[in-house]
Amino acid sequence: MRMSSPWREALRTFRRAPLLSALSVASIGFSLFTVGLFGLVALNFRASLRSLAERVEVVAFVLRGTPTEAITAASQDIQAFPEVLEVRYVSEEQALARAREELVEFKEAYRDLETNPLPASLEVQLRPAFRDAVSAQRVAERIRTFGFVDDVRYGRDWVERLDRLRNMAAVVGLVIGLAFAVVAIVIIGVTIRITVLQRAGEIAIMRLVGATNRFIRGPFLLEGALKGVLGGGLAIGMCWATFAVFRNTTGTMGSTLVFFEPQHLALMMVFGTGIGLLGSLLSVGRHLRHV
Amino acid sequence: MIRFLGVSKTYPNGVVGLRDVSFHIPKGQFVFLTGHSGAGKSSILSLIIGEQKPTQGEVRVSTFPIGKLASKDVPRLRRKLGIVFQDFRLLEDRTIEENVAFALEVTGARREAIPGRVMRVLTQVGLASKAKVYPKELSGGEQQRVAIARALVNDPPILIADEPTGNLDERATRGIFQLLQQINAGGCVVVMATHNLALVRGSGYRVIELKAGHVVFDGGQETAEVAPK
Repeated sequence: MRMSSPWREALRTFRRAPLLSALSVASIGFSLFTVGLFGLVALNFRASLRSLAERVEVVAFVLRGTPTEAITAASQDIQAFPEVLEVRYVSEEQALARAREELVEFKEAYRDLETNPLPASLEVQLRPAFRDAVSAQRVAERIRTFGFVDDVRYGRDWVERLDRLRNMAAVVGLVIGLAFAVVAIVIIGVTIRITVLQRAGEIAIMRLVGATNRFIRGPFLLEGALKGVLGGGLAIGMCWATFAVFRNTTGTMGSTLVFFEPQHLALMMVFGTGIGLLGSLLSVGRHLRHV
Repeated sequence: MIRFLGVSKTYPNGVVGLRDVSFHIPKGQFVFLTGHSGAGKSSILSLIIGEQKPTQGEVRVSTFPIGKLASKDVPRLRRKLGIVFQDFRLLEDRTIEENVAFALEVTGARREAIPGRVMRVLTQVGLASKAKVYPKELSGGEQQRVAIARALVNDPPILIADEPTGNLDERATRGIFQLLQQINAGGCVVVMATHNLALVRGSGYRVIELKAGHVVFDGGQETAEVAPK
């Protein structure tokens, strides 16, 4: 005679009602897939914003004739600012060479110059956490206090616009992400509730013969977790397939797209398992209170 | 074993199930509960198994005061009871032995002890040779025997049977009744709700008859401490 255990009881459901189990896994999978797709869009949008933010830098133009030692000492001071990642000194000659290279239409004009009109500068790159308008302004103000600094620029309007875009993306992402997650939880909860109702007779018999609520819950929780894991795996598979198709059909733009990191995938599995467990716990708990 | 003292039961919808019911069922007794539908038989049984609580009065089953029973203690009460229903309530996707073993598994019995105990009760109800078959392959009488085996496998001191012969033909009814008599002869209290007056008459057992929630007849109450043989 084969004895039952919570694991065997949980697996028995898959054998006994394969269609309902498959539907449960599919509904969990599709619910998580929508969350995953949204996550992918958010991830890629964030990556784009990050690459834009990398261009946030503070440029300090140096007064002509400033001794190199003073600039080097100041560079070291600025490098010590907590917001600063890197300070690059661009000499007058380097500035001219860069202008000739980057501004093709002025190439000839720059060639005929007898004196170099471009000033030397310090290009200050900020650490990722400080690439916003407030930090850029703070750094600019401090750099302005150095006596040899003629002017400081950081593209104030542009950085402020980037800030607004980032804040909006965070709020919209949070709201839509939460909405998707709530819908997923509701769908999964309903799916598991159907399973519980299907086994109402069995639960009633368990209670009659003296099973504790804990004993009754065990197999359902395992079943919910198992369905969550399978649904999570299905969702990841569908996300990958969608990502691959999209990347292959969008040419060069597609090549810049990013997929989830392993920790994101692990989070998705944990989320699926957690939802499966929570859905089961709530459904069985509610059922047990009413029988 | 079972004591009702001035028990009334009114349901949330206002229906009165029992009115001032008192009786005592001592150890080893066989008792019939009779009466028309709605007379209060099911109310008494559901109070005994801890499904309901009395609105008034005191119900005590073994050492359990039902009125004060916390829901976490209900499983402990149920393990002292064997319960059999008219509709058998077997799990269709499990074999007979798995159905019986189920009652042991849910109560946390030792794994190695389960097969022996299952075979013992299946032998007792005459179904040892059908241990591997599924409920739908059995007759109604045989299915009820399985339900009784499941109720007995935990060696309960009390067996509650709610219309156990209600779905059975005359021959199967006699067989089930004889089985319940044997169980009672082993010292187990049997409380059997039934409409079958032919079974009740001439049995010599105590009869509690209910009408509109009242006990209108309690035959043998004076000699309630002694089980008829």
